[in-house]
Amino acid sequence: MSDDPALRRLIDRVQSARATRTPLCLRGHGSKDFYGEALRGEPLDMTTLAGIAHYEPTELVITARAGTPLAELEAALAEHGQCLAFEPPRFGAGDSASSGAPRRGTVGGMVATGLAGPSRAAVGGVRDFVLGAALLDASGEVMRFGGEVMKNVAGYDIARVLAGSLGVLGPIVEVSLKVLPRPPARATLRFEWLQPRALQQLQQWAGQPLPLRASAWWNDMLVVQLAGAEAAVRAACASLGGERIDPATADAFWTQLRDQCDEFFVAADDAVRNGATLWRLSVAGTSPPLATEGEQLIEWHGAQRWIVNQADAATMRALAAQHGGHATEYRGAKRAGVFTPLAAPLARIHRELKARFDPEHLFNPGRLYPEL
Amino acid sequence: MTTSVLDPQAVNGDERVRRQADVVAALSALLPPHALLWRREDTVPYECDGLTAYRQQPLVVALPETEAQVAALLKACHALQVPVVARGAGTGLSGGALPHALGVTLSLAKFNRIVRIDPQARTALVQCGVRNAAISEAAAAHGLYYAPDPSSQIACTIGGNVAENSGGVHCLKYGLTLHNVLKVRGYTVEGEAVEFGADALDAPGLDLLALVVGSEGMLAVTLEVTVKLLPKPRVARCLMASFDDVAKAGDAVAAIIADGLIPAGLEMMDKPMTAAVEAFVHAGYDLDAMAILLCESDGTPEEVDEEIARMQAVLEHAGATHLEVSRDEAQRLKFWSGRKNAFPASGRISPDYMCMDSTIPRKRLAEMLRAITQMEGKHRLRCVNVFHAGDGNLHPLILFDANDADELHRAEAFGAEILELSVALGGTVTGEHGVGIEKLNSMCVQFSEAERERMLDVKAAFDPAGTLNPGKVIPTLHRCAEYGRMHVKKGLLPFPELERF
Repeated sequence: MSDDPALRRLIDRVQSARATRTPLCLRGHGSKDFYGEALRGEPLDMTTLAGIAHYEPTELVITARAGTPLAELEAALAEHGQCLAFEPPRFGAGDSASSGAPRRGTVGGMVATGLAGPSRAAVGGVRDFVLGAALLDASGEVMRFGGEVMKNVAGYDIARVLAGSLGVLGPIVEVSLKVLPRPPARATLRFEWLQPRALQQLQQWAGQPLPLRASAWWNDMLVVQLAGAEAAVRAACASLGGERIDPATADAFWTQLRDQCDEFFVAADDAVRNGATLWRLSVAGTSPPLATEGEQLIEWHGAQRWIVNQADAATMRALAAQHGGHATEYRGAKRAGVFTPLAAPLARIHRELKARFDPEHLFNPGRLYPEL
Repeated sequence: MTTSVLDPQAVNGDERVRRQADVVAALSALLPPHALLWRREDTVPYECDGLTAYRQQPLVVALPETEAQVAALLKACHALQVPVVARGAGTGLSGGALPHALGVTLSLAKFNRIVRIDPQARTALVQCGVRNAAISEAAAAHGLYYAPDPSSQIACTIGGNVAENSGGVHCLKYGLTLHNVLKVRGYTVEGEAVEFGADALDAPGLDLLALVVGSEGMLAVTLEVTVKLLPKPRVARCLMASFDDVAKAGDAVAAIIADGLIPAGLEMMDKPMTAAVEAFVHAGYDLDAMAILLCESDGTPEEVDEEIARMQAVLEHAGATHLEVSRDEAQRLKFWSGRKNAFPASGRISPDYMCMDSTIPRKRLAEMLRAITQMEGKHRLRCVNVFHAGDGNLHPLILFDANDADELHRAEAFGAEILELSVALGGTVTGEHGVGIEKLNSMCVQFSEAERERMLDVKAAFDPAGTLNPGKVIPTLHRCAEYGRMHVKKGLLPFPELERF
């Protein structure tokens, strides 16, 4: 891979940035520029490093360069009836959910942001599907961690830590992902339920061997997706009840939810433009309805709660902490730090890792936490 | 100063006695007398883990009973710069819990309480010394279970599973330890309380939980683990298929995956392995088959019927010479009995065996098995093979007699050759048993100097003085240089033209 001219040029850019102590802002399509702390540094265009390097459907593994469009990767998988089970969101290039711009995003950006979609609670997050990655350091060295096999405990699992790292440990140049077959059958059911009942029912279902894949509650309506073997989905539909949604409407609903451009997110965008904040609260799934104002969308069977309001960060962080989780200022004015501050020993380990992986603070400085 | 403390070679007998006295004096103030062992006869049971070929007398063994004692012990050892090696049940297969000659072995056996099973949240909060199987036993009353099931599950502890990122036979569908752990609570090497992960599905910042799981006790000391529990499948059925050719069995595995099936378990045994286990468990295995595949489906009865029918069709099409579906739970367990007893069965046909643990891409299986057959001739030793076919994890068992120095030497060379071929085929030297002390040299083959440096950086970020389980997992540059020299001299380095990945 190191004799690849695109990679060579990227290494040259990094080396000259290091020589001139110029911070770099790692960037693919820029569709997730909104996420995290403010962008700093000169853009380092990762889209030049594109293409699927290997895809072995029978090995359930795909390896792609960082700048590969997510759409290209997903199309290749779809040809073989496979998918990225964690359903990463695809955003328009604009700064808001409602811009109507075409859905974009690169493989590197997907891994670096670590964002997962509606199926997260059932199948796992981005890091659960990362098998290996190649990382570039400031000296221009390409290092590979993990690999293309399912089971691998040789050394520390540095590849998985890159998921959600927002580039602060260096640019991901290539990544290997576990892929899964698309479930043979799907069905979507709708229930008109208030929040307490919806949450309670979701917990009860999740404790049974049901093919429960995704759930969304908003506006006194619970929508659930079942996915799995034909027989299992059929049996679950019969036992769960509710109103069966026709497949075309259901597909459109889940796609919009996944890409964060459905009604809730569009309204959230409007509110953000008027000074509100869109919070992502990641909490214990069994948490009761949260005592807070504003519109709420609940996913991941209760474990992810999107809240739009004008509350301050301290209030939202305290609320999340009370329920075993944390609050991220997802979209908003971002005055108080985007991510929940870390406990002292974790903050120290973060600083030490940054100091060793990127001693010059060249890569995405401050994007995750100001001091990294 | 640090170098001499960590390097047992640099210390003579008198110095060892003096250091032991210092450590015993410091720890006596923190632990009750019965929780501190240092006389030779008392520490002998701790001198090795499941990898018995490597033994080392620890300076001191500590068996704390409370968290406060663990924290105080770590603080004291850190102040004295004494190495600490955490230990669970001691079932590890790579020497990860091998004592340090100048260090304290921290036995966490007394932390064996299931703190809480939360059926609503489908989680269990357990202390590190709880046995893997005990979690599922406790959760069964709620219709739940803990999915990862390493073969040693009746004895191994969850703390050890976290250290090794243990697998088992159901990984392809249900994941490894990492995928089934939400939170790890423990202590840094300095004795400071720390939590990785959360009760939520993610935590802020870098995903340090992914580093700690599988770090072989080198980054932090785990005391409490929150694991996910899954609803117990209503039914499981197993298909047993015979093949007259190993390559056909390998192709059958690929065909199952290509058909969009993810079996709950997918295991293979070769003919010599089948013969060994049949003599041990009398399960009625097909002794004429060149390879036997076990393929399991679990879920609701409707789901399992549907999957088993599809699996059966694929296996028939792939040329299975004999196919049998388990009629009931008793027969299903019988099908599995041989596979689960592969290691003890090998112990019956040979004085010793060396178990390898590499992972390769599934499609290279037949190639690997052919190469192993050739290596048997070259090293004049027998090798029997079991294989987690679903996820490409091989367990070749090299049979030898450790009392014969030449056989031991040949077995080691045989093993090294299998690992190097695994790397050359695009795999890894260890799929689930860990590097420990056993596979340090192989790490030199799999990773470049810069990659190993970065791993040492991870270690240093968590443990700047390097006193937590020193000398394991990541070889020093010096060691790899030595290994490189020795290796070329023996002429063993195969496939120099191939990329390492």
